[in-house]
Order: sequence, then structure tokens, then C-alpha cells
Amino acid sequence: MASFRILGVWLRSAALVTGMACLATPAMQAVAGVDLPKLERGKGEQCVEDVDTIRRLHPALLKHQRDDTLRRGIRTTRHSLKKCVECHASEQTGSVAASKQDFCVACHSYAAVKLDCWDCHATKPARKPVRQAGALGGASHPTPLWHGASGVIK
Amino acid sequence: MSRATDNPNSERRDFLKAGAMAAGLTVGPGVLLYGVAYSRAPEEPASPDKRWGMLIDTTKCGDGCNECVTACNTENGLSGKTGPQDSQWIRKVHIRDLQTGFELNLPMLCQHCENPPCVDVCPTGASMKRADGIVLVDRHTCIGCRYCMMACPYKARSFVHEPLTDQNPEVPRGMGCVESCTFCVQRVDRDETPACVEACNAAGHKAMYFGDLKDPESEISQALKIARSTEIRADLGLNTGVRYQGI
Repeated sequence: MASFRILGVWLRSAALVTGMACLATPAMQAVAGVDLPKLERGKGEQCVEDVDTIRRLHPALLKHQRDDTLRRGIRTTRHSLKKCVECHASEQTGSVAASKQDFCVACHSYAAVKLDCWDCHATKPARKPVRQAGALGGASHPTPLWHGASGVIK
Repeated sequence: MSRATDNPNSERRDFLKAGAMAAGLTVGPGVLLYGVAYSRAPEEPASPDKRWGMLIDTTKCGDGCNECVTACNTENGLSGKTGPQDSQWIRKVHIRDLQTGFELNLPMLCQHCENPPCVDVCPTGASMKRADGIVLVDRHTCIGCRYCMMACPYKARSFVHEPLTDQNPEVPRGMGCVESCTFCVQRVDRDETPACVEACNAAGHKAMYFGDLKDPESEISQALKIARSTEIRADLGLNTGVRYQGI
């Protein structure tokens, strides 16, 4: 019996250590033997936040923005889903969620997190550009400049 | 029915507006800075100093004309079908007095009430009124119970029954949520008029006015001042943002 108990404790602590190791590992860093999602690079020069912040906090940022925009009428574009889509729509499908390789789906299918954003929101950028609400001041989104290379983030 | 047209800040706002125009337009001699006409910066929330409203002159509304409906469908990505399960944000209503034979056309849409019954009954707070009087559905919290559809005296709301694809990026819509006219809030926020008003003007009818009911100088306030207008179901005391002339 005692040996079983020791084995149980050992297994539990091993699981804990493994779990902590996973949390401590910076997101998406290559781990030997594990296939990580391959993401297309966005069209812009850089993201609106540094990559670690975006990876960890993008749900909170988007949620905050959606409430500000819909309920209060604040139309800043820094954390707007529409701008994410404009920048990250795939070159092949023109969408962020049409195929398994597209930006949002690549990661979310890997993490087994169901996305319902796309039940309502368009997965493709507008066909013709629309003038942004209030062009003076506040529009702090980096200009999405196409720089040609559509690399893959490892 | 008291209408809040008196605004103690209006003079100050006019002064600021004039200042902004002067500062924006003349950077230097002969140099113009574009993009000055916006009344509101993107980081500024919708203001309770405004109340968006619409005036519809039914005497100018064309019989058989469907321009406003078509424009709404295009702008908001609606199918244009008119079955019982299809979304209609604006619809043309044809009324005939059986006794006299007098006929009347009018577009019916969300009346953007000051005291909206849809907001009263919503169990999740999804049905909401923005500070500037535009009544909206927050699809993020809508559970599709459709109480608001039953509460609305104008039959202005629709429920999306089927999954949708290829939505307009500016107008997200999807299955399981209630929706209705938004006064084209995405256009209003960039100082444009709703698509239906633009289409009505383009068709030459000029039966629809859109503007700020709290600004006494606005075109709509001026038009309301000189001719009698009616609220539909005024007895309910909702103080609708949409008013009609000629009914």
C-alpha cells in the first residue's frame, strides 16, 4: 500500500513540475519534439503590442475594445479586431479563418480553443477600404505596410 | 412631451467648433489640412449632448420606391428576402384608408426611442441605448431570447435563424442574435448619414432627414420646428427618435 502511495505522490509532483515548466516556457518557443503552429507573418511591420503581450492578452484586449466600441462609440483602431484581420488575412485564402493554416485558426485549433468571433465577424478585410471614423488624432495603429516577405514565425 | 432641445452648452460648443474649423483649415496661408469635418475624435465616446433622430416626410415618399430598403440591405449585408424568418431592418409600409381610399407610403424602422421597451425587457443587458440615443443590440451578450422582439411596438427587430457568412466587416451579424436598424452607426460615427437617407436623397425624393435633435440649428430641428410631425404610437410615451410628417 505504502509503495502505491509513494508512487502516487511521485506522479503528482512530477505532473506539477511538468505543468510549471510548461507555464514558465515562453509561449511558442520551440520545444524539442513538439510541432508548433506555423503562423503567417502579418502585413504590417510590427504588431500593435509586443508579441508576448499579444499572445497572452489578446482576448482581454479585444474584449475591452469591443465594449468600448459598441457601447460607448469609441472608434480607436489600436486593438480592433477589424484591424487584426486586415493585417493577418492569409495571402492564399484572404482570410484569417478559412483554412487550418490561417492566422487565427492555426493557433486556436492547436490549442483546441473554439472561436466564435467568426460566427458574426468577417474573416476577410473589406473589399474596398472604408474611411476610418475621425481621422484626426488617436488613430494609433501602425500603418500596415506590405513588406513583401510573408515569413513564418517559428 | 418634452424634447430636450435646450442645451446650455450649445454656445460653447459652437465656439469650440468654430475654433477647431479655423485651426484645422488654415495651417498656413494657402495650406489646407484635410479631414477637419469630424465632430468627434475616435477616442471620444458618443456624447449625451447629441440625440440622433430622423424625420420622414411621407408626402415625399415614393409609391413603389424601395431605394431605402435596398441601400440598407447593401450597407448591412442583409439578404433582401422578406420571409417571416428573414431580417428586415427597414421595410416599406403601404397603408390605405378603406373608407376614403387615401393611400400612404412610409418606411418603418427602429424608432430609436428615448425609453425603449426592448431595453427594458432585455434580461442580459444586450439591448442597449448609446449615449447619443442610438438603440443597439450587443451581440456579445445577446442570448437570442427574443423578448425585445415581442416588446417592440414597431415590429422593428429581426432574429437571425441561419448561420451567415461573408458579412460586411463593419457590420458583424450572426445566427442566434436579434438585430435591428442601427441608424448605420458605423457611418454616423464617421459623420455620414445612414445609407437609407443617402439613397432617398440620391433618388431625388428627399423624404428623409437625419440629424441631431438636440442641436437647434440642425436641418432636422429646423424642419421639425416649422411643420407638424407625429410619433407613431405616441400614446406609449416612448419619445421616438424617428418622427413622421403627413400621417
